[in-house]
Amino acid sequence: MNAPNPSGWRPSVGSGEPGNTGSSPTVSGDRGLTLEEPLSFEIGDSAKCGVDIEAPEAEPLASISAFLRKDAPQLPGLTEPECIRHYTRLSRQNYGIDLGPFPLGSCTMKHNPRLNEKVARLPGFADVHPLQPQSTVPGALEVIEQLADWLIALTGMHAVAMSPKAGAHGELCGLLAIRAAHDANGETRRIVLVPESAHGTNPATAAFAGYKVESIPATEEGRVDFDALKKRLGPDVAGVMITNPNTCGLFEPEMKAIGDAVHAVGGYVYCDGANFNAIVGKVRPGDLGIDAMHINLHKTFSTPHGGGGPGSGPVVLSEALAPFAPIPFVRRDDNGALRLIEEGETGDAAPLSFGRMTAFHGQMGMFTRALAYILSHGADGLRQVAEDAVLNANYVLRSCEDVLSAPFGNAGPCMHEALFSDTGLAEGFSTLDIAKGLIDEGFHPMTVYFPLVVKGAMLVEPTETESKLGLDRFIASLRSLAERARKGDESLHAAPVYAPRRRLDETQAARKPVLVWREEEG
Amino acid sequence: MRYLPLTEQDRAEMLGAIGVASVDDLFVDVPARARLPGLIEGLPLHAGEMAVERHMKGLAAKNLAADSAPFFLGAGAYRHHVPATVDHLIQRGEFLTAYTPYQPEIAQGTLQVLFEFQTQVARLFGTDIANASMYDGSTACWEAIGMAARITRRSRAVLCAGLHPHYVSQIQTMARFTGDTIETRAPTLEAQPDKSGLIDSIDEETSCVVVQYPDTLGRIPDLAAIADAAHENGALLIAVVTEPVALGLLEAPGNLGADIVVGEGQSLGVGLQFGGPYLGLFGCREKFVRQMPGRICGQTVDADGKRGFVLTLSTREQHIRREKATSNICTNSGLCALAFSIHMSLLGGEGLARLARRNHARAQAMVARLGAVSGVTCLNTAYFNEVTLILPADARETVRKLADRKVLGGVSLGRLFPHAPTLHNGLLVTATELTTDADIEALATGLAEVLA
Repeated sequence: MNAPNPSGWRPSVGSGEPGNTGSSPTVSGDRGLTLEEPLSFEIGDSAKCGVDIEAPEAEPLASISAFLRKDAPQLPGLTEPECIRHYTRLSRQNYGIDLGPFPLGSCTMKHNPRLNEKVARLPGFADVHPLQPQSTVPGALEVIEQLADWLIALTGMHAVAMSPKAGAHGELCGLLAIRAAHDANGETRRIVLVPESAHGTNPATAAFAGYKVESIPATEEGRVDFDALKKRLGPDVAGVMITNPNTCGLFEPEMKAIGDAVHAVGGYVYCDGANFNAIVGKVRPGDLGIDAMHINLHKTFSTPHGGGGPGSGPVVLSEALAPFAPIPFVRRDDNGALRLIEEGETGDAAPLSFGRMTAFHGQMGMFTRALAYILSHGADGLRQVAEDAVLNANYVLRSCEDVLSAPFGNAGPCMHEALFSDTGLAEGFSTLDIAKGLIDEGFHPMTVYFPLVVKGAMLVEPTETESKLGLDRFIASLRSLAERARKGDESLHAAPVYAPRRRLDETQAARKPVLVWREEEG
Repeated sequence: MRYLPLTEQDRAEMLGAIGVASVDDLFVDVPARARLPGLIEGLPLHAGEMAVERHMKGLAAKNLAADSAPFFLGAGAYRHHVPATVDHLIQRGEFLTAYTPYQPEIAQGTLQVLFEFQTQVARLFGTDIANASMYDGSTACWEAIGMAARITRRSRAVLCAGLHPHYVSQIQTMARFTGDTIETRAPTLEAQPDKSGLIDSIDEETSCVVVQYPDTLGRIPDLAAIADAAHENGALLIAVVTEPVALGLLEAPGNLGADIVVGEGQSLGVGLQFGGPYLGLFGCREKFVRQMPGRICGQTVDADGKRGFVLTLSTREQHIRREKATSNICTNSGLCALAFSIHMSLLGGEGLARLARRNHARAQAMVARLGAVSGVTCLNTAYFNEVTLILPADARETVRKLADRKVLGGVSLGRLFPHAPTLHNGLLVTATELTTDADIEALATGLAEVLA
């Protein structure tokens, strides 16, 4: 029988012997509804096209003949039915929140309401050009203003920069505002302090913004070591980056005191708002003395993660940093009309702005979704979000701590994520085995090996959109895996065996990178 | 609340299992004075789906959608027909509601898409490899400048005068903080981009030359000559493509000597969306792979020897290298990459070439008609689908007056270059496959009336 095309791709056809999980005992390589799918390059054909395009009514200008492409891009086409099938089959090799719990700690994988998808696609939002005359986009500017007002109210801060494209871009915005503030003051400060438990984007961003990074240790209770921090503070410190609630899933109770100490030496406090979901509507970060915090709209406010973005990272700012906010931004003029303030108008409107961070005005498609989410929840619903998120996490923590080591479990409740370690598992068993075992159980694993301050960390963030029934099923699976790993059940090392793929060889991928398809390698 | 599954009874049972009396006991680590006693004042309460939809529709209705007027805007964001298939497929929950593929065994759908996307971008750009996307074209451009600085160990970037002014502005913001030197100037209203001036500003301190292709005024720079000049001085050529459909017609920058090619992928699959989310494209020579920013997907095998895909070379990235990472980027633009990739798969290379020829032909029709309007001339002799018209008056005012007549008549150079008065009579207009003869006629008539 023929392979799907002449390029050489063939499904791996197994021996059919019992117990041979390594290959499929079917000719097609598929197993019932577990479907294999070749690359589009292996099934497409340059003679096919899934779009009917009218013939050009003129030849290319003679003046561009020197610039013409010699050959069309070597990309095969797919007709519409082939295209739909290719991507639908691929989609079935993916796990998403729509299929079950996705308890990735610090990622806040909550349900994505479909109303938000619907409104983001209204032509008045989706089919509007960013440089249309402002008189033709008052509704778009109003979306930005309304969302900004909510973010300011929920955080108790002074202003918000809406243009950052994602969380790490928001961190950059905050740090650039801090640098601009010191510059305006004639100060040159080169150090940013970052706790060792911080997400990797924190030190990477500080370096990206031109700072030198110094690490602050964590206490045995999983908090920032305030004494160590205080000792390091001085006139060379531009600021500190604190995640609160922190990456161990714990609130930093000394946040205000940390802020006071940093301010006393002329520094600023950046708060990583990745975990805002735990406190939204319950605590206003502005009451804790912070100067800047990004809000991942794709976490707390539920814009879909889409397999790796797009995100959106507005940054709320204190009164001290607000004048340095990036352009563009939206402001009401003397007549009450909304204006987009950009390059041509900054002279009077924003003399201290540190400048532009991106082309155009930010992630409008995420703003509409986030605003719909916020309006749906309201002040009461958002508070309930935080409470249920924290309740669900503590329920997981207390339901599993007798079989999985919870390094900070004795210190009190957690916030919206429960942290476990692989301490206590049998020799040779680790966090990875638990994670891969969860895949066979039909769940997405938790965040693993982060934060770095805990050995074999497992960070479980159920979010508020999991039902008790769903949590009980997850807990039963997690407990069973923990018990198998404590007993040294060797079969766990093979997991996953029921997923579309078994453990993948990441070493080979990195040693001899194959990053694009080439015919001879197909 | 329709999104919250816990019932009051669930909550009570769970609090009991945890061993606390109330949910506030779970917030004990928050100092009492920081805990809000009740709801934040002045904010509305939750609302039903109907009410929220009504509110959002009201806001959307205040905007003039591109589809409901003759439309000629471009300048880094282009309106193309997106096949219905694209939006259907990206709403599959398995794609829409997945995370960055950290667990490859259950993320092969996303990973294979990224592998296909990287291959498509590399073949479109004429580069060896490509990454799994950046935020947008402008941030990809700064990342490329940083990458060139690491490779050449130099820190002086020379920007062509035709680089999109928002890109320039963003680069200047970053360079102010990193200490890089940026050579830049506003364009002049010449039919050809200033090649000799650009080449003359390359010296032995130069890390890279950044050239937009086609440029912001719609002109087509001679990339091959600039590449030679850059390479003679040990500098890299970074090509910037804000309209990827152009590469169906014009030679790929990688084939003309560009070392890094970045671009805005919004044209294919993504839509206008008032400026975001968009899609940063990033390709380069294979030998530079370990200096590349962003996620990269690679091919490997699983424990059974089956082909599979993983995120790879992560020792470049922030979650491993922290402050020594090649970039701070984490979340990128995965779903937009999927949309781009689906649209590109539907087109195929031949379809893209046909689409590009159609765009170019529509632009020729547009130029012929608008150039016949009294007082209006076209700057460009060579172009793809976008040109600069020279008007007898400041184009900002013209654009506003056209908008009053419900014609979205282009982007004024005054808006893009507010500090370069010599450009202010310039109007950028774009035609795509969506531009009809009636649209062109409406703009021509409107221009004649407004300029009369």
